[in-house]
Formats: sequence, structure tokens, C-alpha cells
Amino acid sequence: MADASSQTGRQVLKDGGTRPTRFRTFWNSFKENRGAVMGLWVFLAFLLVAVFAPFLAPYDPSAQFRDATLQPPVWQEGGTWGFPLGTDAVGRDMLSRLIHGARFSFFVGIVVVVVAATGGIIIGLIAGFAPTWLDTLIMRLMDIILAFPSLLLALVLVAVLGPTLLNAMIAIALVLQPHYVRLTRASVLSERSKDYVIASRVAGAGRARLMFITVLPNCLAPIIVQAALSFSTAILDAAALGFLGMGAQPPTPEWGTMLADAREFVLRAWWVVTLPGIAILVTVLAINLMGDGLRDALDPKLKRS
Amino acid sequence: MLKFFLSRLGTFIPTFLGVTLISFAFIRVLPGDPIIVMAGERGLSQERYEALRSQYGFDQPLYVQFWEYFTGVLQGDLGTSFVTNRPVWDEFFSLFPATLELSICAIIIAIALGLPAGVIAAVYRGKFFDRALMSTALIGYSMPIFWWALLLIIVFSGNLGWTPVSGRMGLLYFFDDVTGFMLIDSLLSGQEGAFGSAVHHLILPSIVLATIPLAVIARQTRSAMLEVLSEDYIRTARAKGLSPGRVNGLHALRNAMIPVITVIGLSVGTLLAGAILTETIFSWPGIGKWMVDSIFRRDYPVVQGGLLMIAVMVMFVNLIVDLLYGLINPKIRKR
Repeated sequence: MADASSQTGRQVLKDGGTRPTRFRTFWNSFKENRGAVMGLWVFLAFLLVAVFAPFLAPYDPSAQFRDATLQPPVWQEGGTWGFPLGTDAVGRDMLSRLIHGARFSFFVGIVVVVVAATGGIIIGLIAGFAPTWLDTLIMRLMDIILAFPSLLLALVLVAVLGPTLLNAMIAIALVLQPHYVRLTRASVLSERSKDYVIASRVAGAGRARLMFITVLPNCLAPIIVQAALSFSTAILDAAALGFLGMGAQPPTPEWGTMLADAREFVLRAWWVVTLPGIAILVTVLAINLMGDGLRDALDPKLKRS
Repeated sequence: MLKFFLSRLGTFIPTFLGVTLISFAFIRVLPGDPIIVMAGERGLSQERYEALRSQYGFDQPLYVQFWEYFTGVLQGDLGTSFVTNRPVWDEFFSLFPATLELSICAIIIAIALGLPAGVIAAVYRGKFFDRALMSTALIGYSMPIFWWALLLIIVFSGNLGWTPVSGRMGLLYFFDDVTGFMLIDSLLSGQEGAFGSAVHHLILPSIVLATIPLAVIARQTRSAMLEVLSEDYIRTARAKGLSPGRVNGLHALRNAMIPVITVIGLSVGTLLAGAILTETIFSWPGIGKWMVDSIFRRDYPVVQGGLLMIAVMVMFVNLIVDLLYGLINPKIRKR
């Protein structure tokens, strides 16, 4: 049966009929959305660039070519094929730096989403199953975190912890985490009183089993959508922190940090400013397109159009 | 209604207490001894150090320090800045009008463009207009606004020379603060060209700050309109033969506004977070730039006080939105 379903994407039912597998149903409705599919392709391309960065980049991202500083891209007068996207103020190859920058952005996105989602889901499950006083305490705590504008809170947290990329990731994960708590708790509360949960409890399932095996899988749809959207938020916030000098430190080729370095050349060398921003925008846009598609496909209730 | 009001207030107070506690705690765990930082490079003697420690209350147990801080906050005393020696409260309110002016202009731009864009997209659902507008909105929503600001500076300040790069007012003009709003003060001063200069300085930062709320409002308006447009009473209105303008504008938009107003209210936090980046880039002398500068100068009382004031403002606006929402929609009150 496993073979049949993986080959045809259909599950064989008892009476011999077939029905599409869960994944196939999802994929059919996801691929309807052309923007989402495009976003997925761009995302996969960036993922490959991030993974194979050392092989793709023509130079070391921090190698300085002192005789070729602020060289324009190849299509502009003065550009050469040696540096297809030009060089920055100390003669580092822009293309290599951008390729390596993809690594940092994806690293940030993945770490932040994993940390925030894991923490948020566990706390949310606890809040959903806990006695009222603990639930109230947890939710008030989340309200408190949400009262601060996320970037400001992350900024102050990084100031406390010290300005490094790791601390920026911790701060962003902490700030994004309440959204997962709220989502998880809301779905747990609506699932908890359903028949299948009661049946499972009557059958003698322990609390942990009820939480993680019975209820959690049925709460995942909105959480997956949130994960996609907070992936892009994480990349944007990390870049913003880097830009303010509170994220990755120079000479790390992180896109936001590159923009901060480039600020003084705004009016002299457009490419050092434009290119890292385009990289951020395209990545975030692709993930948001994908996230919109995921939401429409996974959660018809939330469908916008 | 009173019960609803009280229950919302009941959640406001513990949150306020928690926010105070967090902004207090941050400063106690920041690396570096605030007294040493304050002394700067000159250093200071052991006796002077002890004296300053007790002057600022750092030698007290933490709970005493928190109690003093908390009672101070309730009386509007947020401590004094290490750098300028002025009360944080005064600094906040002398800079706040700049941020408020910028935020108001940004939200006006966002509503003026976002609402019609969302309505048009919903009415022409699936058509060219819808796709074009919603693609633009998604790009705006994904925009790293600090980069967007730099791009606008390159084009409008660098290449075209239309707008200034930073600040609120040209150096040629000088007048006293009356309201703190440059647009009003420059008019009151009666100096020729001052108002124009204020507008010129305001344009780019407002556009940058408006970008994300604009995209959010457009997307929210579209989805709210689509939901309302599929309701029975809209079909009835259409069947009665009412003009499309009347159906869309009057019947649908009015009901679609409820979630949109919520989104506008909740974008205050987004605006303040955006102000941090926007003000830093345009050297706009407001709260956002003040916070960033203070973080870098390790001016603890300012970071602490600013964090608290901003959080309280966001909470306050959210509370008002919540209450208004209950007022508009009786279903909410029951919960």
C-alpha cells in the first residue's frame, strides 16, 4: 500500500476505491496558485545557493582586491568580467559576498523558526491543557512581550546580550515566539473538547500522549503557515539589526550588515547599496508568496480570495 | 458594556506591571556598570564611585530599587539621562512630536492609498487591476524598509535633487517650538518658504514609514471586502437594482471597515518599530533615533524609560482599539 500511494499519489481504500493522499490534496491546491509555485522555485534556488556557496562563489567573501575598489558591475563603463557585480569599498567581490550572504539569511531563518516554533508550540500546548491560573499566567506573559514593538525589543535584547548574529537570532526567536503560543493554544482549545480527544482520554491516554500525539497533529496547519511567514520576518529583522550595527558584525557578508557598510557610498556607488537589498527583497518576497500559497492550501478557512 | 470595559482594564493593569518589570530588569542585566559608563574615560575615585552608586540607588536590594522605580514611574519620573542630565520624561515629550508628526503623515498616506487599492482589487477580483495591486502590496509588505529608504535617497535626493537627505527643517529657518509639529510651527512663524521646507523634509521619511502599513491595509481591505461582497444582503442590494458604486461604496465598504480599523489601530506598533529604522536613516530627531542612539551610548535610564513609554503607548492604543471594537460590534463584548 505504501508503494501504491507513493507511485500514484492515491491511497487504496478498503473497498478497492482510491482517494488522494493528504500530500497530493495539498499539492493540488498549492499548485493552483502560480505565485506560490514561483515563490517555491525561487526559495529552492536560494536554498541551493546557500548550501553550495563555497563552490559557487568565485572568490573568498572577505578577500580584498585593493587595486579594484568600488569597481562598477560588468555592464557599466569600467566594469570587468572579473567582478561581474562590481566590488565594494575595500575591493571585495560583491557577487561572492551576496552568495555567502544567502547562507547567513537562511541560517537565521531556519534557526529562528525552529527555536520560536518549538518553544511556542510547547508553551502553547501547556497553556491549552493547564489549569486556568497557569494558562492566564502564560498568556499575560505573552501579552507583555507583544506589547513591545518586536524590532525594538530585539534591539534592546541584543544590546543586553552583546551584538552578534547568534544573539540577534535568539532575540528575534524570543520576540516571534508569542505568536506560536497564541496560535497553538487557540487550536488546542478548539480541539480539546472534540470527540476523538475524549475517546482517546477515555481509552486511558496519558496527558503527554494527548498533547503531542492526539491533539498536536491536528493543530499544525496554522502553525506551518505561521512558520513560513516568520521565516521571512526573521530574515528581515536580522537584516535590520545588522543594518543598525546590532546583528552580524563586519566583515561578515550578511546582507543587512553589507548595507550598513554601504551607507556612505549611497550617492557614489549604487551597486553596493542596491544589490544586497534586492537579495533581501527577492528572498523575503519568495517566502511570503509561498506562505500565502501554503495558507490557502492548508487552511481553507483562512483563504483570502 | 461596563463589564466588558472592566475586564479589558483588568488585563491592562497586570500587563503594565509586567512591562515595567521587564524594562526595569533589562537595565540590571545589561553588561557594564552604569556608573563606570557614566564616568567616561576620565575614570573616578572609589569614594566618588560609592557616592554615585548610592545616589542612583544601585546599592539597594533589587526589590527596593524596583519599588522606587515603579512608584517613580506612576508619578511620571523615569530617571535622568546619563548623557544630557535631563529627565527622561522631558526628553521623551520634547522628541515625541517629531515621531508623532511623521507617524501621522505616514498613516494618512497608508490609509489614503491602501483603502482604495483594497476596494478596487476586491471589486475587480481576479482581473488585471487586482493582480497588479496585490503584487505591489506583497512587494511592499516584503520590503526591507531601511533599504527602500536608501533607494529613495539615491533617486530623489541624489539623482533628482528634489528632497533633502536628513533632518526636519532647512538651516535657513529658525523659529521657536510652539506645538512641536514642524508643519504647524513653520506656518505660525510666517517665514517664507519654511512650510515648504518642512514638507520637503517630511516627504521621503513618511513614504518609507507608510510602506508596510499601506501594504497591510490594502491586503486587509481586499479580503474584508471580498468576504462582505459574498453576503446575502449585498446580493439583495444588487437585485434591487442599486448602482454598483452604491453597493460597493455604501453597503459593502461600511461593513468591511471593521476589521480594517482594527488593523489600522494595531499598526501603531509597526509604525514605532518602523520609526526606529526610518528615523535613524533620515536623522529624524524623534523617539526612534533617540532610542537607537541611547542604546549605543549605553544611556540606561533612557533605554529603560523609552522602552517603557513605547510599550505603554502601544498597549494604550490597543486597549482603545479593543474598546472601540466592542462598541461597534456587540458580539465581541459577550466573550
